[in-house]
Amino acid sequence: MAFLELKEVEKAFFSKETLTEAIKDISFSLEKGEFISIIGPSGCGKSTLLSLISGLILPTSGTIELDGIEIKRPTPETGYMLQQDYLFPWLSIEENITLGLKTMGKLTGETKTSALHLLEKMGLGDKAKHFPGELSGGMRQRVALVRMLSTDPKLLLLDEPFSALDYQTKLKLEDLVFSTIKEHKKTAILVTHDIGEAIAMSDRVILLNDRPGKIQRVFHIPSELKDLLPFEARNHATFNKWFQEVWKELESLER
Amino acid sequence: MNDKNKELHQNYVKKLTREKRLIRLTQLSILIFFFVMWEVATARQWLDPLLFSSPSRVWDLFLTRIQDGSLFTHTSVTLFETILGFILGTVIGTVVAGILWWSPFLSKVLDPYLVILNSMPKVALGPILIVGLGPGFTSIVAMGALISVVITIIVVYNAFRGVDGNYLKVINSFGATKRQSFFSVILPASYPTIISTLKVNVGLAWVGVIVGEFLVSKQGLGYMIVYGFQVFNFTMVMLSLIIIAILATCMYQLVELLERKLIHKHSN
Repeated sequence: MAFLELKEVEKAFFSKETLTEAIKDISFSLEKGEFISIIGPSGCGKSTLLSLISGLILPTSGTIELDGIEIKRPTPETGYMLQQDYLFPWLSIEENITLGLKTMGKLTGETKTSALHLLEKMGLGDKAKHFPGELSGGMRQRVALVRMLSTDPKLLLLDEPFSALDYQTKLKLEDLVFSTIKEHKKTAILVTHDIGEAIAMSDRVILLNDRPGKIQRVFHIPSELKDLLPFEARNHATFNKWFQEVWKELESLER
Repeated sequence: MNDKNKELHQNYVKKLTREKRLIRLTQLSILIFFFVMWEVATARQWLDPLLFSSPSRVWDLFLTRIQDGSLFTHTSVTLFETILGFILGTVIGTVVAGILWWSPFLSKVLDPYLVILNSMPKVALGPILIVGLGPGFTSIVAMGALISVVITIIVVYNAFRGVDGNYLKVINSFGATKRQSFFSVILPASYPTIISTLKVNVGLAWVGVIVGEFLVSKQGLGYMIVYGFQVFNFTMVMLSLIIIAILATCMYQLVELLERKLIHKHSN
């Protein structure tokens, strides 16, 4: 049985005047330890899909099962990382990374120590007593990564987590997130509009077309690329070929 | 090079200190000038001393009223009423705002009533309060609270609703209950707005309490003003005004101190 399974998922949004079909007929499954990316033209419902998987919103029809259990509300099994870090400015870094544990009532001396240990590994051990306002964008996104991992979720949902960063920070953080996820043997779904990032980081790339979002094509990234760190993958000989292929498919959609 | 920059920096700091001192000196001069002119103008009959009193008379009255203890009674009554009205107005306003945030249905239902209550001049309700709560302490405190409670509800509720939805998304992804998301996101994110309504409410509570004392006319600084006015003792009116000015400023400064303690810690 697949770790995560989506069956004919459909989501429509209602307002007084309009009915918007955000996504339609989405079915795919994910094995434990897999890393997939979802790309597509803007407004194709990529983020909606993540919100559905996280249980923050419910599908209009179809089912989403995680480990055989249907997702109906946010579960501790999934962690969410947003476009911006959204660290709480009124809490210290230490309080920010233990927020999830505290909310779930799992904050003990032990879990706190392991969260702080993770912070240390991100090279931010000395920042625990600082406030988010004192940190740079890249540091803050690393704290957000620790906050997500602190509750030890099995499935990670990454909603364009690098898009607000400058290019250099983004490349470094891609490597860091990639290696952290592999090290902890997590399953992850990345939503992005950066083709290169999707190819460099994931095992599979799912391309959605827009309004309503449907699966257009799935690219299986070969092992010579997917086993490399994102930065190395970007420099690999076959990277460009894959880039061109995804690019062409995406271009054909936008016409 | 380094020494040169150090010297430039020192000069810069000196310039800042000098400017600050000049500002303080000018401020003080204006104050002194005002009181001296007041004294001189009334002494030379440029202004009618019967209507405008004079600093020396106010001072004399201040001393006698301190000695017989009556000034202390009036001042402490008013101060207590104001602080209580201020706290009640802010706390009730914030709690109601929280309830409205909790129940979108209720907030939609109550919306037109809040608009009416907000546009209504609250002091006009004074006589009704006195009839309902009796001519005394309770009515005055109620007036002090009433005048600030509606605007507090509206401003704080809007602050609650204005909190960036992504912060909620973060806490909801951890499976937070509505209660948890209120206390760990909505409320702390709105502290800056709550503090700024505190500043407005300090002023409003004074208005409510003084008007309340005008109407009830038993004791307090508002009573001293009305009484002084009726018996043509403008020295007493001036004395009350000066005390109110000093106390209101002190309260405002205290709120600012609280603001610095609460907000400065995390923003930046």
